[in-house]
Amino acid sequence: MIHDESRPLLSVRHLTKRFGKGCVACSHPEQLPEGNNHCPHCGTVWAVNDISFDLYEGEILGIVGESGSGKSSLVQCLYFDNTVTDGSATIATYQDGTANIFRESSQQKRYIRNHLMGMVYQNPWIGLRMQFSSGGNIAEKLIAAGTFNVHEIRARAKELLNHVEIPVTRMDEAPLHFSGGMQQRVQISKALANHPPILLLDEVTTGLDLSVQARVLDLIRRIQRESRTAMIVVSHDLGVIRMLCDRTMVMKEGRCIEAGLTDQILEDPHHAYTQLLVHSLL
Amino acid sequence: MQAHLKQTYNYAFLDEGSKKEIRRTTLKAVAIPGYQVPFASREMPIGRGWGTGGLQLTLSLIGDQDCLKVIDQGNDDSVNAVSIKKLVQSCTEAEVTTDSERATLIQTRHRIPEVPIRADQILIFQVPLPEPLRMVEAKERKTKQLHAEMDYSGIWLRLYEDIVKWGKISIGADYPALAHKRYIFAPSPIPRYDLPKLNRADGLFLFGAGREKKIYAIPPYTDVEPLAFDDYPFEVEHFDGCTCRLCGSNDTFLDEIFDETTGQKFYQCSDTGNCQKRQEKRHTP
Repeated sequence: MIHDESRPLLSVRHLTKRFGKGCVACSHPEQLPEGNNHCPHCGTVWAVNDISFDLYEGEILGIVGESGSGKSSLVQCLYFDNTVTDGSATIATYQDGTANIFRESSQQKRYIRNHLMGMVYQNPWIGLRMQFSSGGNIAEKLIAAGTFNVHEIRARAKELLNHVEIPVTRMDEAPLHFSGGMQQRVQISKALANHPPILLLDEVTTGLDLSVQARVLDLIRRIQRESRTAMIVVSHDLGVIRMLCDRTMVMKEGRCIEAGLTDQILEDPHHAYTQLLVHSLL
Repeated sequence: MQAHLKQTYNYAFLDEGSKKEIRRTTLKAVAIPGYQVPFASREMPIGRGWGTGGLQLTLSLIGDQDCLKVIDQGNDDSVNAVSIKKLVQSCTEAEVTTDSERATLIQTRHRIPEVPIRADQILIFQVPLPEPLRMVEAKERKTKQLHAEMDYSGIWLRLYEDIVKWGKISIGADYPALAHKRYIFAPSPIPRYDLPKLNRADGLFLFGAGREKKIYAIPPYTDVEPLAFDDYPFEVEHFDGCTCRLCGSNDTFLDEIFDETTGQKFYQCSDTGNCQKRQEKRHTP
């Protein structure tokens, strides 16, 4: 894929996600009370509020924030699991970056999901079909992208499972019988099946023990190094963010309160909340 | 003095409004090959699941000039086929036959006659489960969406898992196929042997599911491709070395019959109408 390096691969503008109808009192996000994303009149929650950012090829962007800050809602919107209320996103390799992907037809959204994006959920039960074999889980993605040759599918599945260090002998076993860390690695291999240029990782290491966490993080770094996949890593764990991300965005109550180079944010946080977050890091 | 009350039914049992609705649904089904069109399935004098979908299609189409054949697993004489024929005869003047070449309408359960359907014939299937995606998705709302988006990776995944587990696809009857490169449809539980007969055929195929309230169609000259992987091609049943014990044919779909007392296995044609004709031909050289 020939791609201009100075142009962002994914460009998100004014993304807004609202749960609830909204009312006159909250028709403009600025009207919301300070330090709260609930509308006091109608109870509407502004989960993601006017978020804009760019993601470049081969880059890892971190999104950090406490639970309920809207970081998961943000990536779910990008993967079309949630519909957006407002805003746009363009992908440089999709229709030359002219189409707002949120406005595309559901068929086109499916194409983008299957060819241009991969998603790894915090809970592998959402991302995987637990009763089907792990090879089958990878096959599903390959089939969706138009591979109808069993030998080709199995060869690619082997390659991917090898890559995430899952013994090939367990390829035809259901992820149901795997450990949490292995399930997460199967999910990553599924997400990578079609060489997507963008990978979304939502709290991938949460709930895994430290040694397993380290292996998953290693894997993510290796993928980034080898295939120059652009990634968005969502985490509440600053340690993970520090290890992986080039740039970081700090979210609170649906808003982006600080963004910049990860080192800068960790060494010299400007916003009071970021300072609190950094100082509470062990 | 009160007059003797005699109940009369409309021509072909269904009232004209119902027939009109079913015909309109049929037209839509023909216009979108393989797409399941919902319709208001009527109460019939036979139980749901006994061919009410096929029967409603038959009754909405039949006229006095028609000649009807009803088969059940290829058999003209089974109880259900006979009852349906009797019902149609009691409310129309249409003729009935066992000869598939003479019939203009053929209502069938689980088989397609051996002699190819002509352009002036209509084959009507009784369908128990019209939704091919039901085995991978339980919710109707979801399967509708999957069809709309042509998201068929779920059913393909099922076939893949079959190959991984058994080395082949284990679906015997009701093998899913793609209609006109768009919709995956359930051909009703016909054997795989019959599925290629739907591809680019001369006649019209209508499918009625009474309990599930769906009608769909494969119009003439429609592409029907059974789902298969490039390296695991679709295969039909074979009867190598077997012949029908009644007509001696070796190129038809055979039923295996087991004699409990002698422990012997016999083979005979599943299509009894065709078998009968062949037997007559054999005896009159």
